Formats: sequence, structure tokens, C-alpha cells
Amino acid sequence: MATPPPPERGAHAGVVAYLATSAGVLLLMMVFGLLMRAEQARFVSLGAQWFYQLMTLHGAGMVGIAGIAGAAIMWHFLNQYVALSVRILYANLALFVAGVGLVLGAVLVGGFHGGWTFLYPLPSHSLGLWSDGAAAAFLAGMLVIGTGFLLLQLDVARAIVAGYGSFARALGWPQLFGRDDGRAPPPTVVASAMVTVVNLIALVVGASILAMMLVNLYFPEFRIDPMLAKAMIYFFGHVFINATIYMAVIAVYEILPRYTRRPWKANRVFLASWNCSTLMVMFIFPHHLLMDFAFPKWMLVMGHIIGYLNTVPILVVTGYGALTLVYRSGIAWDTGSRLLFLSMFGWAAGAMPAFIDGTIRVNYVMHNTLWVPGHFHTYLLLGMVAMAFGFMYYIAKPSAKTADGLADRAAFWAYVAGSLGFALAFLYAGKESVARRYAEHLPEWVPYDRIGTAFAVLIVAAALVFAVRFLARLAHARGDQARAGAPQGAAA
Amino acid sequence: MLQHIVWTVSLALMMLVGFGWSFALLRSGIREEEFAPLQKRAYRLRTRFFWGLVAVFGVPMVYTLIDLPYDAVRVAEGSGAVQEVRATGHMWRWELSENRLEAGRPVVFRVTSGDVNHGFGIYDPDMKIVAQTQAMPGVTNTVRHTFTRAGTYRVLCLEYCGLAHHDMTAEFTVGERS
Ligand code: HEM
Ligand SMILES: [Cu+2]
Repeated sequence: MATPPPPERGAHAGVVAYLATSAGVLLLMMVFGLLMRAEQARFVSLGAQWFYQLMTLHGAGMVGIAGIAGAAIMWHFLNQYVALSVRILYANLALFVAGVGLVLGAVLVGGFHGGWTFLYPLPSHSLGLWSDGAAAAFLAGMLVIGTGFLLLQLDVARAIVAGYGSFARALGWPQLFGRDDGRAPPPTVVASAMVTVVNLIALVVGASILAMMLVNLYFPEFRIDPMLAKAMIYFFGHVFINATIYMAVIAVYEILPRYTRRPWKANRVFLASWNCSTLMVMFIFPHHLLMDFAFPKWMLVMGHIIGYLNTVPILVVTGYGALTLVYRSGIAWDTGSRLLFLSMFGWAAGAMPAFIDGTIRVNYVMHNTLWVPGHFHTYLLLGMVAMAFGFMYYIAKPSAKTADGLADRAAFWAYVAGSLGFALAFLYAGKESVARRYAEHLPEWVPYDRIGTAFAVLIVAAALVFAVRFLARLAHARGDQARAGAPQGAAA
Repeated sequence: MLQHIVWTVSLALMMLVGFGWSFALLRSGIREEEFAPLQKRAYRLRTRFFWGLVAVFGVPMVYTLIDLPYDAVRVAEGSGAVQEVRATGHMWRWELSENRLEAGRPVVFRVTSGDVNHGFGIYDPDMKIVAQTQAMPGVTNTVRHTFTRAGTYRVLCLEYCGLAHHDMTAEFTVGERS
């Protein structure tokens, strides 16, 4: 017996605004990324200052826009179970735009290039290359963006508690620890609750270190312990960027069941995995500090171990779950369903070089080489961004019967090939000990850069097609039409 | 070489993931309407998959914890008197207290920074990283390494530190044991 397809609601105007912003910013940041790679490949010569300014913008911009795209997906689906505030949705977007303005001003006008991780005390030690004002504008911009997300997460927390009584219930504790009566909250609610718990903590920690550094900028007597600052920054950065994936994966949980007419329920294994992920995503951050030998050793060993454990829910529950859903489902493949299926591959595949790098002895020879951007571009491009574009294709699809054009198909395969090639070029360079964040590479490193640049061109071209297609169909995003095509051979 | 193993293992694991996805993709066409029995089979297989993962990942996870770069025992690798090098990072140069070392004798690098965070990365004559640690203001990190090969080694900065980060290099030579 086939499960009847759940209704397919159109997006709120606010969600559409988030997505349109995401499409534009993603594309722009990809072009910045391409320019950086072309600089390393010596196809262009922008100079080191421009490279590092672009690197700062690309890092901050990509992480921020991944947050916006992830939030759009979470908001769209969560709002079908609990009542979220539209005003807060818009407030976050407004704060994001304001913060981006400050960051752009700091970098493009003030010449700030301290990196998106603003590692203390670099922002206040520019050797005259940027002013304290530029550093302050950057830190303040990040603070404003963070405040917007904090507001959004607080509203999500409020709505979840109003709808489900408590976080314990939203995380399915009664079913996880008691009898599984099959009435656990849907995956969307579980995932949103997890993201909210970890993001609230991360955003408060992030805002604290930003505020401390702002004070330190003008009152240097107010000293900050560099180790504490580093731990706080990486805790915030790690949790925030990972939370974007945990938000965006809601699109997979919600949309693949509509395409396959098969349910994705929060059973006990699902709940256990999400509750474990909640803890793991917070306690894994010392894997960024493995080369800080002075950091408490038990925490470093904890980072190493959690790195391995963290792959289990991704592979065994979410990835495997998607495969089960699709296997012999007769699914109607279109660019939306393809991208969502791809995204689960990208996430799982990218987790492999990631956890291996979290092995302390491996980190000893691979930390801060291009291995690192190699693994995170795998799960961000083929995972997170594939989820975002997949959701855009889905939500703007005019009808269940709309067929893809040749351009969409070509763009999909160009995106797959481009992202794989681009990420592998980084990984291979990492194996060859090529340092990350270098404006200029040694001559023997340039061949990898050239290959990487060629693949990056493919990605940008594909993303352009995705973005244009979405913007051209924007009007359909608000309608309540059915979007998922019926599976082949499904009982009517 | 460790980097080589890491690359091979990562590639193999990514390909295995790819096989899994290709398998489901290639068999997505013909619909099996009854999902419950299919799901039951899949869950049974998943339990095996889970234990397989625990075994395959668990062993290297524990095994690689045996010899951590943090431990003083590493000095025992070489023999003879320990050579000590103080290394301090500055924007954008390295200050090394010693630039001639001997192979086969343990070396202890005491690494710190005079300003911002840097990364102390030691590259062998083939420009492959053999060891690294962070150079942080107010903290001294100790790297213990015994060079087995003579030749010219380079120190590259492995933590972003501003405009000339990529130019922040130094050299030292490791001579044959006298
Ligand atoms: C066309 C697509 C992209 C290209 C060409 C690209 C290119 C680059 C390059 C060249 C770097 C610097 C590597 C180095 O350390 O030498 C970089 C870093 C980075 N990228 Fe991308 N990227 C792309 C997509 C993305 C996406 C989709 C995200 C996130 C959603 C992302 C997030 C980052 C982050 C966080 C960094 C680190 C910045 C830092 O080291 O401070 N990138 N990217
Ligand atoms: Cu540096």
C-alpha cells in the first residue's frame, strides 16, 4: 500500500527572498573562489592582498549564505508543524544584509584581510595594512549576522516548545528512552530541535568572542588568552557550518518521500542518531586544535575519537536511509530529485577524508594543507549546496509533470564532474603537502592548481544554470501545486 | 609515507560510498510497491553494516592513538645527545636558534610566536611535511623529531598570518651523523 503523497505547500515570500539571496550570493562567492584558484594557478595575477581579501570574503560569505539557505529550508518545512514568526524571518534577513554590508565595507574599502576565522590577535595586528576601524567593521558585521541567526533560532526554540512542550519531546526522548509508540515527532522537527540546541550555544559563544575582540581592539589592556579565543572561534565556526547541513538535510527528509511515496519516519534508530549527533557536533571541535599541543590532551583525543564516531549516523542512518528510500522506488528523476540524492552522496563521501584528517597522527602531516579545503568542499559543494539547489528546483517546479531541459541535465552532470574534480585536485595537493591559504604557490604545485581551476569553471557554469532557472521560475515557488512526479509503476 | 596511505584509503572509501549510491541509483527504476518488507530487509542489512563499520573503523581509531606526537617517548627514536632548537614566528619570518642539525640524533623544537598565530611546518628535501605544530603567542609547543635523512629542510608557515603568510619560510640543514 502506497503512502498518499503529503501536501506540497508553496513557499512563504520570506523563504523565497532567502532563496533568491542565496542563489545570487552563492554565485558571486563561487566566482571569488574561482578567482582565488586561478591566482594560485597563475592564470591571473591579482596580487596577494586581493587574494587574501577574496579569501576572507569567500569564507565569510559562503558560511553565511549556507546559513541563509539552510535556514530557508528549515523554516519552510518546520513552519508546517509549528507556528514560526514571519517578522523574525525577515529580521534575520535584514540583519544579514546589514552585516554583509559591514563585512564588504571592511574588506573592499578598509582592506581587511584577516580571514573569515578572524583568529585572535591577527585582526588587531595588521602591521598597518588595515585600520582598527576596518577590523572593527568586520567583527561588527559578523556580530550583526550572528545576532540575526540568534534571533531566528530563539524563535524556532519558542515555536518548538509551544508546539511540542519541550526540547526533550521534540528530540523524541519519550520514544528513545521509553516505549517507541511510533508517535515521535517527524524528522523535520527532530532535526530543527537539534540544530537549535547546538546553534544557540554556538552563536552565544561566537558573539562573546566577537564582543571580546571588539573591546580588545580599542582597549588593548583588555587581554584575551589566544588559546581560549581559538577554541571559542573554532567551536562557533565548526558548529555553525555543520548546522547548515543539518538544516538543509531536512529538504531530503521531506522531499525524497514525496518523490518515492515512501515514508521517512523518526524511529528509534533515527532518534538515537540525531541525539548522538547533537552531542558529537559540539564536542568534536578540538579536532581543529590537534596541532595545539598545549591544549588539554584528553580533549584532543576526544576530538580524534568523535571524528570517527560522527561518521556513523551520516553513513548508517541518513545516507543509508536515502538509499533504502530510492531503491526499487520507480522514482521520477528530475534535477531536483537528482540533486537531493547527490547531496547525500556528497555528504557521506566528504566525511571520509574528513574523519581521516581528524586522526591525530594524520593531522600531524596534513593539517592546514589543501587536504582540509579538499574535504570540506566535497561535503559543502556536493552536499550542502546540492541540497540548496535541489530545494530550489523542487520549490520552483511549475508542476509535477514539468520535464527538465537539456540545459538542466547538462548542468547537473557538469556540477557533479566539476565538484568532484575540483575537490580531488585539492585533496591530491594536500597529499603533496601543498599549504592551504597561500596566495602564491611553489612552481611544482601549480599543475594541481590549473586542474582545479578548470573544474571550478565547470562548477560556476553549472551553478549559473541552476540559479538562472530558479530565478526564472520564481513565481511558481509560492504556489501549492504538486511538484514531485509520480514514481513509475506506483499504484494510483 | 603516511600521506600516501591517507590518500589511497580516502579514495577507496569515497569510491565505496560511490558504489553504494550507484547501486541504489541503477536499481531505482522498477518499483516494489510494498515498502515494509523491503525496509525490513534493509534494516537487517544495516545492522551488519553498522557492526562492520565499528570493526573496520574502530581498529585504526584505537591503533593510531598509540604513538601520539605529543608524547615525550618519541625522543627515544634516535640516539645520542638531544639537539634543541628554539623557533619563534614573527610576521613574516622565522627565527631559529640553530640551523645545522645532525641526522639520527633526536631534535626538540620549542616553538612559539612573537605576535600572531603561525604554523611551524617542517618540509623534507622533497617538500613533504614531516612534522608540524602551531606557533602561538604566549605558548610553547614542543615537537620531537629525529631526522633520518640528510639534506636541506624548509620551514613553511602553516597558519594564516596576513599578507606575506606564503613567504614566511626558513631553512636548516641536516648533516650526516658525525
Ligand atoms: C565554485 C565553487 C568554489 C570555488 C572555486 C572555491 C574556491 C576556494 C578556494 C580557492 C579557497 C582557498 C583555498 C586555499 O586555502 O588555498 C576556498 C576556501 C574556502 N571555501 Fe571555497 N570554493 C567554492 C565553493 C565553496 C562553497 C560552496 C563553500 C561553502 C558553502 C565554500 C567555503 C569555503 C571556505 C569556508 C573556505 C576557507 C576560507 C579560509 O581558508 O579562510 N567554498 N574556496
Ligand atoms: Cu602564516
